[in-house]
Amino acid sequence: MNIGVTIFPGSNCDRDAMRAVELVGATPVQLWHADPDLKNVDAVIVPGGFSYGDYLRPGAIARFASVMGEVERFANAGGPVLGVCNGFQVLTEAHLLPGALLQNMNLRFVSKRVRVRVEARDTPWTAACESGEELMLPVAHNEGNYFADADTLARLEDESRVVLRYLENPNGSANDIAGVCNEARNVVGIMPHPERVSDDLLGSDEGLKILRSVLVGAGV
Amino acid sequence: MPETLKIRVLVRPKRGILDPQGEAVRGALPALGFDGVKTVHVGRLIEMEVESADEVEAMCERLLANPTVEEYEWEVVR
Repeated sequence: MNIGVTIFPGSNCDRDAMRAVELVGATPVQLWHADPDLKNVDAVIVPGGFSYGDYLRPGAIARFASVMGEVERFANAGGPVLGVCNGFQVLTEAHLLPGALLQNMNLRFVSKRVRVRVEARDTPWTAACESGEELMLPVAHNEGNYFADADTLARLEDESRVVLRYLENPNGSANDIAGVCNEARNVVGIMPHPERVSDDLLGSDEGLKILRSVLVGAGV
Repeated sequence: MPETLKIRVLVRPKRGILDPQGEAVRGALPALGFDGVKTVHVGRLIEMEVESADEVEAMCERLLANPTVEEYEWEVVR
């Protein structure tokens, strides 16, 4: 399986994501922001970082990069897409996921490991997890405070589209939301960084469960 | 030479949306002796020079503001 990793100016988790993709036995493919196509990949990861310097709003400029038009087409056709941190912000700006990520409630950049619970395992990015499984994953962000209007939040809960939920909320997110999926469930955005816990050398490899999931979903 | 219009766009958090930055500023003002400040909202001012104002609304909708969480207004500066 080939998994594309998008790279914008200012992305900084793309190498880690590609390494983690290798560790789960898939082939990573670089997708440069100016690329006109997705090189026939089977899944796409939009990694973390500070695309375009977070100017205007995190993700606001990256969302119009030429590769993102292809990611939108791929997502709308049912292709598995995972946005991590800044990637989650990019996917909300692109309206592939509902809501927005506001500045952290306490106005501070938060960088630490947090416990999250897998609330939905019927997505391509959580299929290898147990339902209700708790994972310890790193977060590192200034704008991770998930916001959606009350109707949208109710709908996300009713449709079990909260994919990860914080057990200790680090940023003020509504309903302790750490990750959500789209209606078709193929597009997932999460603030925690699974690629940063992808090897025992990094203290844990729990994050590989997220990345391995896309292989399970594809029957690999 | 085409005409140049100066446009000023004001973007701010929608009413009812938590604005921790505004809250922090509101909390800081009394510490300097400025009493009686009831609310503070921090937004963003964008100034542009354009040839026509026809597409400013679309620019606001698509890029300059995020309508999910922000409201905006714009004017031609005389």
